[in-house]
Amino acid sequence: MKRFAELFRAVDQTTRTTKKVAAMAAYFREAPDADKLWTVALFSGRRPRRTITATVLREWAAERAGIPLWLFEEAYPIVGDLAETISLVLPPAEAEEDRPLSHWIDEIRRLSKQDDAARKAGILAAWDRLGPTERLLFTKLLTGSFRVGVSQKLMTRALAQATEIDEAELTHRLMGSWTPDDITWHSLVHAPDPTASLSRPYPFYLAYQLDDPEALGDPAQWMAERKWDGIRGQLILRGGDHHLWSRGEELMTDRFPELARMKDFLPMGTVIDGEVLGWGDEVPLSFNALQKRIGRKTVPKKLLAEAPVILMGYDLLEQDGEDIRALPFAERRARLDALGRDLPPEAPFRLSPLVPVKSLDQLAEERAKSRELMAEGLMLKRADSPYLSGRKKGDWWKWKVDPLTIDAVMVYAQAGSGRRANMFTDFTFAVRDGNGLVPFTKAYSGLTDAEFRKITAWVRKNTLERYGPVRHVKPEHVFEIGFEGIQPSPRHKSGVSLRFPRMLRWRHDKPLDEINTLEDLRQMLAAYGGESAA
Amino acid sequence: MADLLTFTDRGIYCEAGDFYIDPWRPVDRALVTHGHADHAHEGMARYLATDIAAPVMRHRLGEISLDTIRYGETRRIGDVTVSFHPAGHVPGSAQIRVERKGEVWVASGDYKTIDDGLSTPFEPVRCDAFITESTFGLPVFKWTPQAELARDLNAWWAANAAEGRFSLIGAYALGKAQRILTLADTSIGPILTHGAVENTNEVLRAQGIALPDTIRVTPDLDLKAHAGALVVATPPGLGGPWARRFNVAGNPASTAFASGWMALRGVRRRRAADRGFIMSDHADWPGLNAAIRETGARKIFVTHGYTSIFRRWLESEGFEAHVVSTEYAGENVDADDEGEAA
Ligand SMILES: [Zn+2]
Ligand SMILES: [Zn+2]
Repeated sequence: MKRFAELFRAVDQTTRTTKKVAAMAAYFREAPDADKLWTVALFSGRRPRRTITATVLREWAAERAGIPLWLFEEAYPIVGDLAETISLVLPPAEAEEDRPLSHWIDEIRRLSKQDDAARKAGILAAWDRLGPTERLLFTKLLTGSFRVGVSQKLMTRALAQATEIDEAELTHRLMGSWTPDDITWHSLVHAPDPTASLSRPYPFYLAYQLDDPEALGDPAQWMAERKWDGIRGQLILRGGDHHLWSRGEELMTDRFPELARMKDFLPMGTVIDGEVLGWGDEVPLSFNALQKRIGRKTVPKKLLAEAPVILMGYDLLEQDGEDIRALPFAERRARLDALGRDLPPEAPFRLSPLVPVKSLDQLAEERAKSRELMAEGLMLKRADSPYLSGRKKGDWWKWKVDPLTIDAVMVYAQAGSGRRANMFTDFTFAVRDGNGLVPFTKAYSGLTDAEFRKITAWVRKNTLERYGPVRHVKPEHVFEIGFEGIQPSPRHKSGVSLRFPRMLRWRHDKPLDEINTLEDLRQMLAAYGGESAA
Repeated sequence: MADLLTFTDRGIYCEAGDFYIDPWRPVDRALVTHGHADHAHEGMARYLATDIAAPVMRHRLGEISLDTIRYGETRRIGDVTVSFHPAGHVPGSAQIRVERKGEVWVASGDYKTIDDGLSTPFEPVRCDAFITESTFGLPVFKWTPQAELARDLNAWWAANAAEGRFSLIGAYALGKAQRILTLADTSIGPILTHGAVENTNEVLRAQGIALPDTIRVTPDLDLKAHAGALVVATPPGLGGPWARRFNVAGNPASTAFASGWMALRGVRRRRAADRGFIMSDHADWPGLNAAIRETGARKIFVTHGYTSIFRRWLESEGFEAHVVSTEYAGENVDADDEGEAA
């Protein structure tokens, strides 16, 4: 696994894209086919399932390292990664050997079928034969937590360089539900079998946030629609079946069984890009309602009745089995309208209404209506744009509403883990309530590394009390907290919980007595609480 | 009888000798383990440090009243006898031994147990009570052996030099910077230094410590003539505008950090350098444990680092262990805002 470990180190150690791509391309030229296949699978998030519980791994690692389990447990949150903690505490390997990646994956699968004693012996023996990086990777594969700092796009670019196959074509070939068990390197990359790929989705086209509306130029070139607050999905109707893919290339077909009825309303050979939305009385349900269905593989009847979903159609990618992504958006959208216009109301499908575009001012007014319409903002698409893949600037923009904001004071600080070990990065914020302070949210992100370092130095000197890893600090520093939504929450003392809270700004200019109050939060809850539409 | 050393809000205090060890507020008499900013503060009426540590302290603190002592030499102060013993942390760094009527306490300041080829190697001192740091007091910290470090460092430098690229490495001006100089294979190319590093180099060379030739980076230095050089900078220098001059068109410099924190993948990624060398002037987990065991002390005071975890570990190993709060800072990969504390 040395070659794979070297690749991992190379892409992990550098921040330069060119170096990452070069390292991957070199690997794809030299590695054996079975290893390349696994590498593409792993780098595109197709991890083998976890075959062993993390609990026993910690015990075995602590035992092998000669340290008490509590000490391992203390080190783990500081390192921030279980497999890394294990590989760091273990004594150095005694008999390193170099076997291919596919060998170790086979070994993990072999061990998964055995009893605990045999697994333990096998895993301890493996740890003892692997160098530091190999050991980290092996353990990550064991725990099903392998991740790498390379986008699928970069990997595909490297693969295109190594194989001299067109990058867009490769992107499409690598999508879908294949696993290294049901495909060979040759059939995946070099000679794809069209009948084997009926469920294969197209790469999603993603938009950047629009910061400067003036950059749009002539409004007449643009088409607009709402940016709905649901789950982006691609519905595929092919060969008598339907498939629903998430943006993260996950199959969601079984989670939203109501969409099976689409087979009754639309012809086979149709692929639609849209948004899965909770739906009731012809308006979207709050994201809360949809959230209840997200983590579930199967859906109980009660939930199906409480939070039914529809697909809100944005775009048509395939018609009559033909890939039409190269057509202009206006044309694709017209075809989608023709398909969807006359469906009966019981069809779990709606066309995302187009918002007329007259001027930038009028668009800004439409954007301002987003929250009341349960939308996140506007989507702007150039009328002549093809359906590209990945995140690209220029043809598509999302223009989200500004976040809700509140000024609050930091009251607790906790050290981060992993990338942020040894810095204070996790903070709890409070608003005023009479003479007291009420904590209401945590936030982790939004400051620069330099700001985190400054606040870390301050926390060290201004700790009032410690509760384990948490420090109670002097209420002094005021931050502007931004968030996307607010919900009632009886579990929290403040009675509210926020969606996507983050620090927008460190308000050095704001004294403690000018921060927002609990009453302000309650008013926001009343205005944007989201239950109203449910 | 009162403890020989006590922990006050000014520093470690010895009442029987009426002096402080590494105080952080002005006092009359300060015994200083080494010249790093978190141990040697301004404003003391009188200082005592080793003869090897003295030049850097004068350089950093200016006109001070500084008396020197050699390793192993004993000195009577009040009712106690004090002596300084090698801590292996940076040149001249010491553990301070304090004895009264056969009872011995040792304040070790910062220390490491491996021989860095530059500082006088750490010597265990038998004692009844030992004051230790725990900057890297977790079983995940185990240092790369010195020979392997030299190999990795030189391989990185040579590969960059072959591409005509500068190799920029960030390290503390006192200690780690010189350690990198002694590890570097000067046949690969020239070595350039940031001003803060070179000033310390000059002080150390003047006191007879051998270092390879280095060239101070000045605005008029001809960088083209030195393409492929190793550039030793302070960690803040590495991130700032100073470092940009080494990005020759189309051939950006390769960057690296040398720190014990580089053992953690997360920190390596946060610093976003091309390479992270696991190199520290503080003791790793095996080093801390070996050092503490060799003192024979039963009573251990933990001053800075992963103090509460390390205390619990020592207790489970049968020691009487305490956490004391100090202003010592350990090793920081983010020294940018806090000055150089190590
Ligand atoms: Zn130091
Ligand atoms: Zn220190």
